[in-house]
Amino acid sequence: MTGRTAGVPILRLGDVLVTGLLNELDDHSATAFTEELTERISADDARGVLIDVSRLELIDSFVARTLMELTTVARLLGARVIVAGMRPAVALTLVELGLQLTGVETALNAEQGMAALGWEQVAHVPGPSAPAALGDPGGSP
Amino acid sequence: MTADEAAVRELVSSALRERGEVVADRWVQLQLEQAALGTGISEAELREEADTLVDALGAGLRDDVPVARVVTTHRELRQAVITLSLRRARAGATPTGTSLAVLALKEALLEAVRGYTSDTGELLSAALLINRLLDAAGALSFETYVEGREEIIQRQSRQLLELSTPVVRLWDKVLAVPLIGTLDTARTQVVMENLLEAIQENESRVAIIDITGVPTVDTAVAQHLLQTVNAVRLMGADCVISGIRPPIAQTIAQLGIDLSAILTRATLADALAESLRLTGQSGPRTEGAVLR
Repeated sequence: MTGRTAGVPILRLGDVLVTGLLNELDDHSATAFTEELTERISADDARGVLIDVSRLELIDSFVARTLMELTTVARLLGARVIVAGMRPAVALTLVELGLQLTGVETALNAEQGMAALGWEQVAHVPGPSAPAALGDPGGSP
Repeated sequence: MTADEAAVRELVSSALRERGEVVADRWVQLQLEQAALGTGISEAELREEADTLVDALGAGLRDDVPVARVVTTHRELRQAVITLSLRRARAGATPTGTSLAVLALKEALLEAVRGYTSDTGELLSAALLINRLLDAAGALSFETYVEGREEIIQRQSRQLLELSTPVVRLWDKVLAVPLIGTLDTARTQVVMENLLEAIQENESRVAIIDITGVPTVDTAVAQHLLQTVNAVRLMGADCVISGIRPPIAQTIAQLGIDLSAILTRATLADALAESLRLTGQSGPRTEGAVLR
């Protein structure tokens, strides 16, 4: 890694990377975020990327472009990007600015985004054969 | 002439000072006679208005300003006329009633002056002076009246805007907006805001915009529809437009408006069926042809 990271955690759930954008995203960290995510997609062999934007109160043209770029880059690497949880006010502003995020897939919230990426929500009731929990004396290798 | 005018002005002024009560009484009486014009204002209020008006008029005449400009420059007099006109505008009085209310002061004032002098020339000068003085008041009154009505109209159109764009929950995860009337920029804004909020609140997957009640679709309206669809998409929901009547479909085709990016259906029922398919739900098919 050459530059500093965007300070946003990127989680891996199977072949899906889950991440989110925070409000104080400036141009520099947006670029850093793109780089980091691109590398992670390639390194983790991800098939899907979920970007949660529900904390963003504003998406400026730069961030909008970043999201579109990310979608294109991910597609080239064989992954699908879903932008989830955009606020109504943000959507209105983007439309007024004429930034339609062409090509970017969207979802109402992270849950539906994950469902679109093939993650079925199944209620797991932990039974006797459940995986060892933390602190389970017999579970440590 | 100037000296003459000053003398006449002094005459009117003193008439107002000494017989102000009489002028006010006469004015109230004239107003009550005009009650048929539907001013809807009580006698106590009229009395208060009369006193304020007569006092302000007397004070205004003592200022060293040309007669025609007294009403516009004297703050209290101006305020008195504005208050009087606004009150009538809000109470729903007719424009005639409102301007007559101010102009009736001419008659009352002239009657008071007549008690002071019997010289015809002087009376004529006084009448001309009163005319010039109160014509300005009449103009101001009418202007204020129109402004007051304008304000009411604007408030009502705002209320209408809010009333005319309901967002209905049609099915689980399916919302509908039945649009009635033309879509302008302000309306689109309200529709979009309400729709997006509702989508977030209900976690809806599909929003149906029904334009059965939209009389015409031109390029501007189509643009607004596209904007709304785009905003809905950004939220992560799908948008279906329904209720495009044959003549409107023809207009859209003739104008060359490209709505190919939008999912359209002929009727709200078709749109609902499509929405259920999109959300992977099954409608009440067992009960027969409800969705036909």
